[in-house]
Amino acid sequence: MLRQSEIVRSDPVPERSDNVLNRFRQGDLDAFESLFREHQRSVYGWILRIVRNSAAAEDLTVETFWRIHRAHARFEPARPFEPWARRIATRAAIDWLRARRPESELTDRDVADLPSNSSPDPGIAAEIRLKTAQAFGRLPPSLRVAAMLAVVEEQPHKDVAAALGISVGAVKLRVFRAIRLLRKDLLEQGITP
Amino acid sequence: MRKQDENRIKQLLQQSLPPADPAAEPSRDLWPAVLRRLDQESAAPLHATASFIRRVVPWPYTVPWFDWALLAGLGVFAVSFPATIPVFLYYL
Repeated sequence: MLRQSEIVRSDPVPERSDNVLNRFRQGDLDAFESLFREHQRSVYGWILRIVRNSAAAEDLTVETFWRIHRAHARFEPARPFEPWARRIATRAAIDWLRARRPESELTDRDVADLPSNSSPDPGIAAEIRLKTAQAFGRLPPSLRVAAMLAVVEEQPHKDVAAALGISVGAVKLRVFRAIRLLRKDLLEQGITP
Repeated sequence: MRKQDENRIKQLLQQSLPPADPAAEPSRDLWPAVLRRLDQESAAPLHATASFIRRVVPWPYTVPWFDWALLAGLGVFAVSFPATIPVFLYYL
């Protein structure tokens, strides 16, 4: 059970965001809940972009906010909350990808189940799309996440770099290596992109 | 790898893995699950201590019969030869 000495509860009152951040840093559960309500959708959406599995994204959102709570004393209220949360979420998602067996990555079901606002090009055979998705799933998680966010989700390199805790140049390098490995894998399967 | 090839692979990748819907939301309220996770965290040290004690001192605590037999034998020996007690204590 949560003890009163560990987490201080106070009456929820409307207040400025920096005050909420300060209270969160001190371990206030109401401030934490307020931050959770404000950011859970964006954190969930970010994780979903990486893992592409709705159920896993929900579990990882819980895991991320647990990690955020655990690290509350290390949070600097002068800095924005969102990029910090996104970085923790990215790390949790990469841990999940590393723990998952490569052969179970990105099956046709995962691709079909993903909530998406675009439809696939009918000119590209479903089999090729599936093989590409599977080849992508065989890439090392660090390369895969960089390519997923930068190429598939078309997120700005600056945001991807901040989420991964690396430089923009390192993001570009990872994307390039991911594309090169993907091309090699597809060629080995007899698919000429 | 040529720039053209790189762009083709990127296109293929975008077609194979369509971007996630930016408006996607969790199917349920995740706050109760976060609270449960926090509860587990705060209860974990107590559970860890209890399981450590259970491992070190199994309950109900029982003494095997051969320990009792050894103790009885030592008692009989000490009563029979009391002069050996200081020698035993010296070597303990």
